[in-house]
Amino acid sequence: MNLRKLTFKGGVHPPEFKEFAEKKSIEILPLPESVVIPVQQHIGAPAEPVVEVGDEVKVGDVVCEAKGFVSVPSHASVSGKVIKIEKRPHPVGGKVLSIVIESDGEDQKSSSITPNENYFDLDIEEMKKNISAAGLAGMGGAAFPSHVKLSPPADKKIDTFILNGAECEPYLTADHRLMLEHPKEIIEGVQLVMKILGCKNGYIAIEKNKPDAISLMKKSVQETGANLKVVGLNVKYPQGAEKQLIKAITNREIPAGGLPMDVACLVHNVGTALGIYEAVSTNKPLYERVVTVTGKGIKEQKNVLARIGTPFQNLIDFCGGLTENAVKIVNGGPMMGIAQFSLEVPVTKGTSGILALTEKETQARTPGPCISCCHCVDVCPMKLMPNDLAKFIEYERYDEAHKLGVLDCIECGSCSFICPSKIRHVHLFKYGKLEVSKMLKAQNS
Amino acid sequence: MEKNFLVSASPHITHKDTIPRIMYSVVISLIPAIAGSVYFFGVRAVWILLFAILSAVATEALIQFLMKKPITVKDGSAIVTGILLGFNVPAAVPWWIPVIGSAFAIAVGKIPFGGLGYNPMNPALLGRAFLLASWPTRMTIFKTEPTGGTLSGIDAAAINEYGLDSITSATPLNVFKTQKGIISDWNELVKSGLEDPILQEKAAQANNAITQLYDSSSNLLWGNVGGVIGETSAALLLIGAVYLIYKRYIGLRIPLSYMGTVALLSWIFGGTEGFFSGDPIFHILAGGLILGAFYMATDMVTSPVTSKGRYYFGIGCGIFTVLIRLVGGYPEGVSYSILLMNLAVPLLDRYTKPKTFGVKKK
Repeated sequence: MNLRKLTFKGGVHPPEFKEFAEKKSIEILPLPESVVIPVQQHIGAPAEPVVEVGDEVKVGDVVCEAKGFVSVPSHASVSGKVIKIEKRPHPVGGKVLSIVIESDGEDQKSSSITPNENYFDLDIEEMKKNISAAGLAGMGGAAFPSHVKLSPPADKKIDTFILNGAECEPYLTADHRLMLEHPKEIIEGVQLVMKILGCKNGYIAIEKNKPDAISLMKKSVQETGANLKVVGLNVKYPQGAEKQLIKAITNREIPAGGLPMDVACLVHNVGTALGIYEAVSTNKPLYERVVTVTGKGIKEQKNVLARIGTPFQNLIDFCGGLTENAVKIVNGGPMMGIAQFSLEVPVTKGTSGILALTEKETQARTPGPCISCCHCVDVCPMKLMPNDLAKFIEYERYDEAHKLGVLDCIECGSCSFICPSKIRHVHLFKYGKLEVSKMLKAQNS
Repeated sequence: MEKNFLVSASPHITHKDTIPRIMYSVVISLIPAIAGSVYFFGVRAVWILLFAILSAVATEALIQFLMKKPITVKDGSAIVTGILLGFNVPAAVPWWIPVIGSAFAIAVGKIPFGGLGYNPMNPALLGRAFLLASWPTRMTIFKTEPTGGTLSGIDAAAINEYGLDSITSATPLNVFKTQKGIISDWNELVKSGLEDPILQEKAAQANNAITQLYDSSSNLLWGNVGGVIGETSAALLLIGAVYLIYKRYIGLRIPLSYMGTVALLSWIFGGTEGFFSGDPIFHILAGGLILGAFYMATDMVTSPVTSKGRYYFGIGCGIFTVLIRLVGGYPEGVSYSILLMNLAVPLLDRYTKPKTFGVKKK
């Protein structure tokens, strides 16, 4: 590597609180009594249910099928009977059509889950088919369909693949544990991806606050003889954001509104790489994932391997339950996660963590006036002016907000985090983006 | 157990900094300078600062009470304004000067614009400008305690002999301005070929005085000079500034570009023997530059938010300060130059927007 610092401009240093769960091995959650599988767990078109109430299903059976290319199927995560197909609360908001399966406790696996011999020599199209059939969607949180990322248009050559092991969100340790417990499988997943893309440069990017993962990955890369570079990144949030990660490693800047493929890069999360390995080697669909259950509001913080569709309540109970002073439940990390109003919501493909925060941790405060302290402008990793953007959106000047680039905002939350006035920038920007999109639509028609 | 959880947009954690925390840190950072002012000017300095603070806080509370708005004095910003206003008056002023100054700063400089965060100009500086325009003589009588010599040439022994407890003296910049004026008069005279032995004598004295000024840098650093309450000791102000920089409540861009510009321009134009003969150290340490550069120009509300903007802001302040000091009618230009640049902040912000990530420069 050259001497350039592996980082990006801006960013913040939130307290990490990784120590709650980073030393805890992944534990397998007992089978839940029933699971709730939403048809939409990914970015793109919702999947279509292909089972009916009363159907018997086994683990790994398709319960809803992808509709269109940018969509993924979902699978039964327990064996048993479909008891309901109805709208249920979803961790990303609102109510979503979901397939409720009552477990028979037998955990019978579908016959389709069979190891592929010589899976590494499979045809590339075959591999892609396996990946899309496994229902893989980015497991870092955004849940973008993985097979779409692996099928760039012909004019976009990918020359660099980056495995995202930054895990820059405070509290979360799921990826960290995966790297420690399944290094070889993850490396194989990376190699499969690189084979599919035909790209030569492979990086495994890990923040320096996980020295054990860095050294283990380095060792495993050496042992497997893979042509990969393990790089330690500066510890800074949002180091794991796709654009910032690519900038840090390759010094390439994804153009505004563009995708990693526009700079010949591809990024997959650690969990996704493991999923790709499992999908190609054993045809195993994505029916379980590692979730970090953490925060001061949890009695015993753990990393849990949970079936997709398991209600949050089950995971929280498994971790000793909530403490008296837990006031906020978050799906994901504290910087970008989504607050929940109910513990009924299920674990989905994008649920990297369940946070229970105490009042002291969340420090909910009433926003004050902006004192132009300039901290938000200094920390914005997208080099926007959050102070002005927030004011324009507050006063419904969406045209100005659009000119200032509100659509480029990645909602990382650095500005709200650092703001001494506790202004809810991200809240305003999410709303502003919706309004700007509406405005643009109206202009175009 | 089903209970009601808090629901809000991300992020769910925040930095521990808040407005009151920043404001009270500024107050803490000013303690060394306050202690210094008591040492140099006696208990009188405490009373002046107290009057200034009380007046600022009371004015804000009273107006907000009358307007039936939430009373925000607890955030500490009025206290900071009060201290800075108090720092900007000479120790010899009557008690009602700081009271009126603070009241004006809050009632005219801050509240009408919408309170904290909305004022276009630094309220404390506005208050000082108002006082200076209304009571010019009272605002320019400076006292120094008779410890170790003064700039007007009377040494400590002489003071003790006459049994004085304090003497009034001109500020270093005042001395500089008058003496430089005499020298340039003399130079004009020489150019036109005329002779005037008296003026020649005076010019020689003026040269001596300026050399003496330049040699007195240590006095400027430690504060043993005439001036307003807060501006005399550069060292004590710097201690507080280091604390604020460490806390990241002020950045280095404005103070450094400000002082750098003043140093450069005063070195080029500030001398008595043509270009490049000025003494930059004297110009940095004299007057209110340190106080202004670290505490007034860096006021969050009235300085640019962009990184480039802050450099331009500092450079602009520096240019105006040197202009006023060398060419203008006042010996000191820090407060007016900052006020002028305050008004340019929206423009600076507008034209120094950072390049958005991934957007090519056109």
